[in-house]
Parts: sequence; structure tokens; C-alpha cells
Amino acid sequence: MRFWEKPFGKEKPKTICGEIHIIDDRCKGCSFCIEYCPRDVLELSEDFNKKGYHPPVIAKPDMCTFCGLCEMICPDFAIFVTEKEE
Amino acid sequence: MANNTAQLQEKPHPMEDILRMDRMPHIWCSGCGLGSAVTSFVEGLKKAGVSYDKTAIVSGIGCTGRVAGYLRLDSYHTTHGRAIPFATGLKLANRDLTVVVFSGDGDLFAIGGNHLIHAARRNVDINVICVNNFIYGMTGGQNAPTTPLGAYSSTAPFGNYEMPFNLVGLAAASGASYVARWTTMHARRLTDSIATAAKKKGFCFIEIVSPCPTVFARKNKGGTGLDMLKEFQTRAIIDHDADPTKIPLNMDNEIVCGEFVNEDRPTFWENVQSGIKSRVEKFTDWEEMQSNSKKIHHKTFLKYTASRES
Repeated sequence: MRFWEKPFGKEKPKTICGEIHIIDDRCKGCSFCIEYCPRDVLELSEDFNKKGYHPPVIAKPDMCTFCGLCEMICPDFAIFVTEKEE
Repeated sequence: MANNTAQLQEKPHPMEDILRMDRMPHIWCSGCGLGSAVTSFVEGLKKAGVSYDKTAIVSGIGCTGRVAGYLRLDSYHTTHGRAIPFATGLKLANRDLTVVVFSGDGDLFAIGGNHLIHAARRNVDINVICVNNFIYGMTGGQNAPTTPLGAYSSTAPFGNYEMPFNLVGLAAASGASYVARWTTMHARRLTDSIATAAKKKGFCFIEIVSPCPTVFARKNKGGTGLDMLKEFQTRAIIDHDADPTKIPLNMDNEIVCGEFVNEDRPTFWENVQSGIKSRVEKFTDWEEMQSNSKKIHHKTFLKYTASRES
């Protein structure tokens, strides 16, 4: 049987990856970003920041798909995402 | 891990060009939805393609009244409840501006309630964004006109007995051209809504339901800001065809979100123009008068307005 395209063993299409930047000392530990990240990239840190809150840490950096929801929902302007350049 | 995050901090936040960074971090509590509302507002302006030089933001008093102080636009912090009269004057004096009133429910509906319904009646070309947190937050949790029936507050220790306002219903009944309601959880839809309102002529009203973890949730066993946001998520439904007068907000019913009204009506300035035109046409040439006034306006604009770049 002939296929126009090779169905198996073909390279996966490239997914867009994001790079998360966290400004720790501006965070107030509301954990909106951790809850609403669709791919559970973030989790609560065990360390304290300058003000005594627990900022988020990046647990699975490869899972981020640059949707930018954490940036939209952060009330303290403490997290933002840039597209990863390769 | 700490070292890794420290390395990634080198880039500035993309909103730093429009925020007054000398005032950051802001005074809003942990878990408050106001920061998300500001982000949505800025993204909405970007999406609408409105120039920052031609945008003015007017705020009243309260937690939400601080928004004008945190944004590096032409911002005005007015007296309590008088944000809309100020914005009306601003818009009529300089009609190129996009005038946005960003204020809270207590400011816009308790003390400035009459101003809002009359601005909506006249259909003045301003956008009003009202952040509704169900209570007076900054002064310590007093009963607001939006506090739901049965909710506890500092001045209602046995529960609130007063019927709350339905903000979207009031705005729609007063004759607003665009009426929408979203929660802070609907960040993207809210951004789209603000972009639509920024481009639309006439009186646009957007209600943003926001969590208030420090005052409202503490009195009403609502948990943290995250718990309130999750509760909004379970309660919110989106229905663009809902009748805005029949969807009040209570303690446990669903929060109906959507763009309820989107229609075109003649604005206040258009009515003024047509009125003057019919009177003046007998004596002078209307087109010539218009072109003269535009020339004068253009000159003053060049003289007194400095660009953002300079």
C-alpha cells in the first residue's frame, strides 16, 4: 500500500516552547499561576522571598507552550513568558 | 533552582513601559483580582491599537482608584464618585482621546450612582470599567450597594438585608451602548471585551467581578483569593443573549457572563453637533465653521502636547 506521506517515523512538528521568567521579590504568593497553568509547569517553592511569601518555581520547564495565561492572570506583574529561541 | 530563577530575571517585564515602576509593588492584597484586571486592560488597549498618548484613565477613590496611579498614561485620580463627570468633561474638551474610567463598585454606584446613569443616558463616548468586589475594601469592609443579600460585612454583622444593585442591568436600562460582565478569571475574554469597548463609540460599561480575599472572603468564609477564583469558575456561565436585567449576583447563584448589549446609538457629541448645526445653518456656512475650528484645535494640540518619545 502506498502512502503520499510517511505516516510513521516521521518527525514530529515543532511545538512552540516558552521560557518562564519569575520576579521573585514582587510575588505575593497567591498561587494563581500554579493553579491555572494548563500544563502544571509551576509549583510552590519551599523558599521564602524578601517579603516572606512562597513564590512559584518552574518544575517542568519543557512543558511550557507559551500560552501566557500565567502572565495574564498574575495580579502582581511578577511572572512573564517569552518564546524560547533555538 | 534558586540560582536558575535568578538568571532568568534579567529581562524586564513586558508591561514595565506602561506601569509606574517606582510605585511597584502595589498595595493590593495577595489574591486580589485588581492586578489581573489591570493586565487585561493594558492588553486590551494593545489589542485595540489605541495610542498610549491618546489614552486618558480616570479613577475615583478606593482600592480600584489606585489603578490610575499605577499606570503611566495620562491618569487622573479624582474625588470620590466624581470620576465620570471628570471624564465627560475630558472627552468633550478633547475628542481625540480615548477616555477610560476605571473604578470600583462603591465609587461608581454608591456615591457616583447618578453620574453613571446620566452619562449612560446621554451616551457620552467614554468607557467605564467597574471592578465589583461586593464590598468597600479599603475602608474596612462596610456594606456596599453590591453586597449580596445575606452576606456579612462590618456594618452588617447579622447578614445584609438590603437588595444589591444589578450593575449590568442598571447600565443597560440607562441606555449604555455596550454592556458586558466578566470575572477576573476570564482574562482573555475580558481582554477582548476591553478592546471592543476601546474601539466602540458611545457609553461602554464592563463589570469585572473580582475576588476580595482580605475583607469579603474573611467575613463570608470564602477562603483565599484562589478559593474565590475557583468558586467563580464553578459558578460562572457564559450567555451572550441573557437579559441583563434578570441576572443579579447573589451569594450562590450562577454568575452569568457575556456581552449583553452591543448596539449603536448617537453619542452625546453627535447630538450636540446636529442640534447646533440646525440652529447655525441659517446664519453661516457650517462646513467652513467646522474646518476653522479644526485648524485652531490642531494648533493648540501641537503647542501643548508633548509626545511620549520626547
